[in-house]
Amino acid sequence: MTGQELFDSLVKAFGEKLQAKTEFRGETTYTIAGGDLREIVKFCRDELSFDYLLDITSIDNHGEEPRFEIVYHLYSMPHTVHLRLKLKVSEEIGAVDTVSDVWPTANWHEREAYDMMGIRFNGHVDLRRILMWDGYPYFPLRKDFPLEGLPSEMPDVAFTKATPLEGGPFVTIPSTAGSKDREPRARPPEL
Amino acid sequence: MAETRLTTHDSKIEGNVIFTRFDAALNWVRKNSLWPMPMGLACCAIELMATAASRFDIARFGAEVMRFSPRQCDVMIVAGTVTYKMALAVKRIYEQMPEPKWVIAMGACASTGGMYRSYATLQGIDQLIPVDVYISGCPPRPEALLAGLMKLQEKISRERSFRDQKPELAERLEEVLG
Repeated sequence: MTGQELFDSLVKAFGEKLQAKTEFRGETTYTIAGGDLREIVKFCRDELSFDYLLDITSIDNHGEEPRFEIVYHLYSMPHTVHLRLKLKVSEEIGAVDTVSDVWPTANWHEREAYDMMGIRFNGHVDLRRILMWDGYPYFPLRKDFPLEGLPSEMPDVAFTKATPLEGGPFVTIPSTAGSKDREPRARPPEL
Repeated sequence: MAETRLTTHDSKIEGNVIFTRFDAALNWVRKNSLWPMPMGLACCAIELMATAASRFDIARFGAEVMRFSPRQCDVMIVAGTVTYKMALAVKRIYEQMPEPKWVIAMGACASTGGMYRSYATLQGIDQLIPVDVYISGCPPRPEALLAGLMKLQEKISRERSFRDQKPELAERLEEVLG
């Protein structure tokens, strides 16, 4: 089956549960609601043969409501088709259903999203931090977490300190200018 | 009249005796047999391995015996980025090394945190353990690590080992010998 046929049968099965469709450079994205997630991903895996979950990423749209967004990248090995599913999560709810029983690889992806962004996954069998240590009090990839970090202390486990940025962050600016203008420099926001 | 005693000339040991300070002999032994603790944490560890391999051959400086037990090590080579998650483990391994012990901070990350000015990275291992030699580079070339090792050897050869590390024994010897 081609990608179009797969997407057509997805639309036929779920109709207006697929809230929005985006096509960009041949990549198809559907926005769905958190409550429909498990139903849709099971259909994608079993009926449409999206047998491979490439990645789960989370986005912090700080200042918007709902604040968080979770993105599922699916791939169908038999049909070589990509599909992206997006859903929004508000800060008050802060949780979505797990898909780790649908694709076992989601186990660690969801743990990472929990560790870095603080989004919980209902029904996850082992929702612990995966990169930071148990007891670290912050979620470092949230937009309101400072780049230099915050001090914390877990006796005998680990500690953190705020990092001196010394005029940083040192970032490049994508442009066609010469390397002298593009190179990483301190760029305070007021300049 | 004071009694003088005749000593015979022993040709057997002539040429086989040297006179030196005890510290100098001790330091000479120590500096030419530094057993490293390879604390490989990131890409610097690849250069560390290259330094140990045949082309650069750290064995020329007596430091080829990489031990993976801290209890057999003299010098910890911290090669790579020390994250906060790893920091206390590095400290603990350092504490398990027997005295006398030295530390080489290899590369920008181990020395200062390097390019990782972030929430996750310790800004230099010297915040936790005393460092003897810092090596610049990202990662340093094997030659730079060898230069750092030679720097450490120089430092060791200048140490007042006996008096500083065995003060009670030194005192007692002074008493006995007057």
